Formats: sequence, structure tokens, C-alpha cells
Amino acid sequence: MTSAALLPLRWRTATVIARRPETPHVATLVLDVPGWPGHKAGQHVDLRLTAADGYEAQRSYSIASANDGTAVAITVERVADGEVSPFLLDDVRVSDDLELRGPIGGYFVWSLEDGNPLLLIAGGSGVAPMMSILRARAQALKPPAARLLYSSRDQASIIYRDELDGMTAATDGPRILYTLTRERPVVWSGALGRVDRVMLERIGFPPTDDPLAYVCGPTPFVEQVAADLVALGYAEERIRTERFGPTGAN
Amino acid sequence: MTDVVHPLDGNAAAGPLSRLFASDVTGAVVVCGECGREGALATLALYGRGTGLVLRCPTCETVNLRLLDTGRTIHLDLRGCLRMSVRVALD
Repeated sequence: MTSAALLPLRWRTATVIARRPETPHVATLVLDVPGWPGHKAGQHVDLRLTAADGYEAQRSYSIASANDGTAVAITVERVADGEVSPFLLDDVRVSDDLELRGPIGGYFVWSLEDGNPLLLIAGGSGVAPMMSILRARAQALKPPAARLLYSSRDQASIIYRDELDGMTAATDGPRILYTLTRERPVVWSGALGRVDRVMLERIGFPPTDDPLAYVCGPTPFVEQVAADLVALGYAEERIRTERFGPTGAN
Repeated sequence: MTDVVHPLDGNAAAGPLSRLFASDVTGAVVVCGECGREGALATLALYGRGTGLVLRCPTCETVNLRLLDTGRTIHLDLRGCLRMSVRVALD
């Protein structure tokens, strides 16, 4: 697939074919997009909602699924006082139609040909594109080594927990280190507190392995982690970042 | 709650820019006209969403690119951008 050849992108009609609650504030919507050209792990889609009075709102959502026919999964987190996420979480039902544009993006993407060991670092719902990467990786015969450092507020907020733990248990599965920022469970094998250099050294690869690092999360998270990786000796051009969150209006 | 507005990055401008460019330009190298920083468009700081987008240099905060899409007309202002280099796929 070369997405370049498919531009300019058009708005398409996508139909919701499944809804999966992930955590109390997060759900996955699986969309059927007729004519979907396929996507690379890490790409995103834009959704457009139009109200009866013509008011439009657009948001970008990372694709969480691996390339799988015309099915595209997005994972939506509730933004307090948001104007799009509450609609997607509360009002959208299976068989509803949504307007979608994609696949989009050529920078925060991963494909098997990249070859290098993969270090994925996610904050909150920033795990969505990492899931796309890990799901794509799981389809490979000889996947590169991969590790995920995933920061959540508490255990209940860990998205895709069962599937991630299942991946870890599989042969050639990724190594995963969870960290919790707002809960200190009595029994816990992961890390505690915000991602820091100690955690990155514990889970990461030596820079001499030439790893590819992907960082996705809220802006302050991404900036801190990227700076820590550079301080640990990771090459700046091998660190791909994606920030998300409100930009003024949501 | 704070009133600090955190920018997104240029990744999220890929959709709006795809209305104008024949290739994905989020991987394009942008050279800042002010400080000379070179980096992928995806790494610029993105402000705004919808009709008007502003991409600023993450080092010196100079506006490198403004995109205004009215639906019928797309205005692109590259005043703060010294150069943009796009790698294209071979046919």
C-alpha cells in the first residue's frame, strides 16, 4: 500500500460494527469502511461530525487495529466537557454511520521493514497507536524485539490489559512494563510513578542496538520522555513522537 | 484546571494538508526561517484545529506554516519556513 498514491483523501462513510468498553472512560469503536485501502501501524483517521445546524467538529484518532480488510478500530477516551468524545461514547450505536477521512500520516508509522528493536512508550490512551504496532508485529513471522512502557493512572485505567498480557505470554511476545501514577496496589509487579530515566533504562534497549522509539501521550508526557531518551543516548531521529490532547477547544 | 494550552504536533495536520499536497508532507523536512532548525513537519507544534492551523518551530516558536481552509479556498502561508523538502515515493 502506498498512501501517497491515494491522495487527495476523501471523506468516506464508515459504519460502526462493534463497540467494546475498555475502561470506565474508554471504549473502542470498530468501523467498517468500504473501500478502505489498508493502513500502516501508527496512522490515524480524522472523524467529522456535523450537527443539524451545520456546525462541524473534526478530531483525529489513532488507528488501534492492524491492517484487517475494511475494519478499522479506534479507541476513544472521554474528554471532560469535550464536544466529540462524549457523543462517540454515549450516543453512537452499532450500525450508525460516521464521516471519516484516512488513513493519514507518514511520520508516526511503523512497518516490519523498519527492522530495528522497538521501544514503545505510552501515556494513557496514547497506547492506541502502540496497539496497532503490536498487533501488526504479532502478525509477523520473525518480529523484531519489542518492549512497551505504559503509564496509567491506576489499574482500572489500563486499556487492552488482557490482550497485552496475552501478547507478553506468547513466544516472541513483547516485554511490557506498566507503571501507575495514582495508585499503589499492595500486590504489583510493575513500576510506580511517572515515567523516568530509571524506568526507561529498566525496560529499554541499549542505544547501541539502534532501537526505534515511539512515544505517544499528552504533550508534557511526550516532551519529558523524549528528553529522557535523548539523555540516555537515543538518537533524536530515531525517536518518533505523537502528542494528543485538547488544543484550546475540544 | 489550568489555562495552559498544550499544542499538538504536526502529525495531526496530516489530514488538512492532504487536501492540498499530492504526497503526505508530515514527514517532510522543514527548515525554520528564523533559527534554522531542521525537522519533520510532524514535529512542529500545532495550534488550532478545523479551519485554521498554525505550525510553530518547537525550538524558537516562529510560525513556520499557516493553513486556512475555508472549504472552497485553501490559503497556505509559508513565510517563516526557509525550505520544505519532501521525499516522494517512486512510481
